Parts: sequence; structure tokens; C-alpha cells
Amino acid sequence: MLLFSPKGAYRFWQRNAFIFRRIFPESIAVNFLEPVIYLLAMGFGLGAYLTTVGGLPYLTFVATGLVATAAMFGATFECTYNAYVQMYYEKVYDGAITTPLGIEDVVVGEILWGATRSVLYGTVFLIVIALFGTVRSPLALLIPPLFFLSGLMFSVIAMTFTAVNPNIDFFPFYFALFVTPMFMFSGIFFPLDALPAWVTTATWFTPLSHVVRLSRALTLGALEMRHVSDLVWMLVVTVAMFPLPILLMRRRLVR
Amino acid sequence: MDLSRRVVNAHGLVKRYGTLVAVDGISFAVRPGECFGFLGPNGAGKTTTMKMIYCVLPPTDGQLSVLGMDVRAQGRAIKARLGVVTQDNTLDTALSVRENLVIFARYFDLPWQVARRRADALLEFVALADRAKDKVEQLSGGMRRRLMVARALLPEPDLLLLDEPTTGLDPQARQLTWEKLRQLKRTGVTQILTTQYMEEAAALCDRIVIMDQGRIVAEGAPADLVRQHVGRDVVELRGFESLDEAPARVLGAVGDLADSHEVLSDQIILYTQDGEGLLRRISERGLVAEAATLRRATLEDVFLKLTGRSLRD
Repeated sequence: MLLFSPKGAYRFWQRNAFIFRRIFPESIAVNFLEPVIYLLAMGFGLGAYLTTVGGLPYLTFVATGLVATAAMFGATFECTYNAYVQMYYEKVYDGAITTPLGIEDVVVGEILWGATRSVLYGTVFLIVIALFGTVRSPLALLIPPLFFLSGLMFSVIAMTFTAVNPNIDFFPFYFALFVTPMFMFSGIFFPLDALPAWVTTATWFTPLSHVVRLSRALTLGALEMRHVSDLVWMLVVTVAMFPLPILLMRRRLVR
Repeated sequence: MDLSRRVVNAHGLVKRYGTLVAVDGISFAVRPGECFGFLGPNGAGKTTTMKMIYCVLPPTDGQLSVLGMDVRAQGRAIKARLGVVTQDNTLDTALSVRENLVIFARYFDLPWQVARRRADALLEFVALADRAKDKVEQLSGGMRRRLMVARALLPEPDLLLLDEPTTGLDPQARQLTWEKLRQLKRTGVTQILTTQYMEEAAALCDRIVIMDQGRIVAEGAPADLVRQHVGRDVVELRGFESLDEAPARVLGAVGDLADSHEVLSDQIILYTQDGEGLLRRISERGLVAEAATLRRATLEDVFLKLTGRSLRD
């Protein structure tokens, strides 16, 4: 059975939130810094040569795509390294499941927390790019809920890897083979339609490209019918993969 | 005894991993208010049995009910009434000592205010009140173990499960933990513990089972087990010039004064009801051993006799 208790999941989420609250100011400060550095380097550095891309100033083009990566990294770090350390080294999960919480609740709580961090990081990023004057539409207010969904998606994927990962040293593979290529080929730094057709097709299968398209559409107020397919893509992948980390983590910890 | 009043009731309990049989069809019952111990060498199946009782591992076969509920169907409801000290410490190093208790209490759905009140009372109980704000890393091994005990007591459990509560602790820390556990027993909390320390089982448990290779090989009160399986006294003879013929001569001399015996590489061990009489007999017959020790039989003798002397790691 896959059943988790929403209250149990909320309790574990609450534990994570409690811990985060203490590092909140520092972590948010770092959070502000990162996009600023990216925008300065990419926007002003590269932007000096590339004046417009797809009819947008390069800074605007990069910023509106880059905001999606904050959401990806927030969830991914939470559900890879953080989750693994707690699960494997500190045995926090082993302790929690001796209470009314089941391993299902712990995994779901962790995924929800990953999504929460996506929203926090993504929103901070959004505020920064707004300060750079790249947000053009009130539709941008829909970005935090979008990041909750994309955070769930990236958390579920990362947690699936974490559940089967035999050793913490394998996480670099996850980043090198999955996260970084996605980062480079999701239409953040250059438009995908400029690539050979098969590459463009291939990028359709990467989760991040859909988040990028949606967040760019929302910040620029250029939402179209075709963006529904991006939303559906994310929903389908998230729902379809959702049972995986639960099953795999249960197989790992309680058998 | 009335079945419904048993705190734990196991019948034909089995846990298999592929072809490996960790627990091989054991049956036992734990009564309200008692301290029940699982004793056994490494790999005997003690921890696996404990994990099945605290509803983290599903049994492969057999019946297991805890607090009158079936572990397969009502795990969450059972766990809400248990206190568990796992074999490895599972403290949250991201949290302070007191926060460990408060956050854990929230898993049991206790309101914040109750959680904080119980946390403070329990820190007092396990003598950690002055360390409340410390990080877990700053605690000694004994303190961490006591914090685990305090954490297990947060839900005011009907049953406390302790998997090797004092392994790795120094004698002072062990004595303090024992004292706390005895104190709890007086308040009527049923306890189940596993241990590799015979003194611990003898000091805390009303009844024990000795496990070996997934099976229960003996069951009873510690003193009864010693009487049944070993007798009253143990005589150890060391330092014979040659062990080739000494055993035969010694055994011939003591006759039926010894209930049983063991011959090891460097000594002969005799189990008897009358150690002094046996020693006298040996010296009367002119048998000389460099060292002869007479001591009371302990649970360790039972343990070694039943589970053998070979290493299990």
C-alpha cells in the first residue's frame, strides 16, 4: 500500500521547517546573492555582445529563464544531499518511523519540504530579477505556485535517485549527467529552436525546459495555449513518478 | 494467562530475507508490568524481533500482536503507544537536546505546549536538564543514550522497547541508565530489552529468553535458568601440565559431584551444586591444578553453555 498520512507528512515537513527557520536569514541572503552574480555575469557580460534574443534584451531573456533553475536547485539539493545525510548517516528516518509516522509520511514530508524550498528560493530569485526590471506582467504572481509544482516534480525525481543511491559519492553523477545538461539545454541561455531539430525534440523530455517556458511566459505576460502542454507534462510526470521514491525508500529501510 | 492482557503475544513468528532466516518461528508472551529480555549473541535475531514488535519490519509468517493489536494491520495505532530506543542512536543532530524532544513529541501529535512541558520534565528525569541547549554532538555516549530513553518516554508509552540500551557505555553511565529503567519499572511501564550483557539481563529482567540462530533456546527467570542449566557453583581448574589426561582423571575423581563439565584449551570447567565439596574431593585425590577458582554460576554460564563458545561475528 502506498497510503501515507497527510498529517504524518506534515509533521515531518514541520521538522524541516523548524530547522530551516534558524538558518533562514543566512540562507536567504546567499539566495539573493546567487542570482545577482548570474545576472551580472550573463546579463551584462554576455549581454554586451548579445543585445537581443528572440526580440528580448539578453538580460531579460536569461533572467526570466534562470528563475526556473532556482526552483530546480532548491528541491534537488534538499532531496539529494540533505535527504541522504539524514537518511543514511544521521538515521533521522529510522528514528521518525518508530513513532506513528510511517516511512511513507517521511518521504512525502521530505518531498513537500523540497517543494517548499523551491518556492522560497524561486520567489527570492523572482524578486531579484524584478529589481533588475525584467518582470513585465502581474502574471508573475503565479510563479510561486508554479514552483510548488515544479518543486514537487524535481523532489520526486531526486528522492527516487536518493532511495536507490548506494553511496553519497554517486550524487555527482546525478548532477553531471542529469542536472547540468538540463541546466544548459532547457532554453535558459539560448533559444532551443536554434538547435538541430533532434536536439530540440530531445529537450522536450527534460523537466526543466517546461518550467523555463512557463516561467518566461508568466514573467513576460506571454501566456499561450501551447503552455498548457507544459503544465500537463509536469503534472503527468509528477503524479506518475510519485509512488516511486516511496516504494524504493520502503524497500531500502523497512523490509 | 488471559490472552488479551498480554502486552506482546508472538506465535510462530518468522522473518526471512530470501533464504536467510533471521527469526525462525519463535513464540513468547510479555506480561503487563514486567521487564522481558532477549539475550543472545550477534545475529541471533534479537533486533529483528524487536523491529517486528515496534512495527517497522513486517513479519514473514506467524502471529504477532502488541497491546492487543495486530502489527500487520494496526502499526500506526501501536506505534502511538510505544517508546522505542533503537540500537543505533537516531538523534537529530540538526537540533538541540531539548528540540530533539520537542520535535519528536510533535510526531506523536502532542501540542507544542505539552511537548515542551514533557521535554523539560524528561530532561530532568534523565539528568540532562543542564544540557538542554547543547547540540547532540556535544553529548557523551552515555548522555546520548539517556536522551534516547527520554525521547522514548515522550508519548508516556504503555510499552518501552530498548534495543541494547547500554552497549558501549562506561560502567558509571550504565549504572545510571539501569537506575532510571528500574525507576520506570516501578511506575508500571512494561519493558522489553535486548542485551549482550548478562549482568544487565540479571539486573533488570524478570524473565528472559535466550536466542540463538533465530530460535529461542531457553526461557525463564534469570535465577531459574542458572539453576536449571548450570547449577549453583562453577569450579574452574587451570594450569595442568597436560590437558590430555587431566580431564579423565578429574572427572573420574569428582564423579557425580559435577552435574556437567566443559573442557577448553586451557581449563576444565565443572558445574555443580556443591563447589566446596568438589574442590575438597579434588585435593583429597591429590590432583594438582595451578589455579582453582570457585564462583557462583551466572547467566553467562547459561548463555555460553546454550549458545556455544564460537565467535559469531
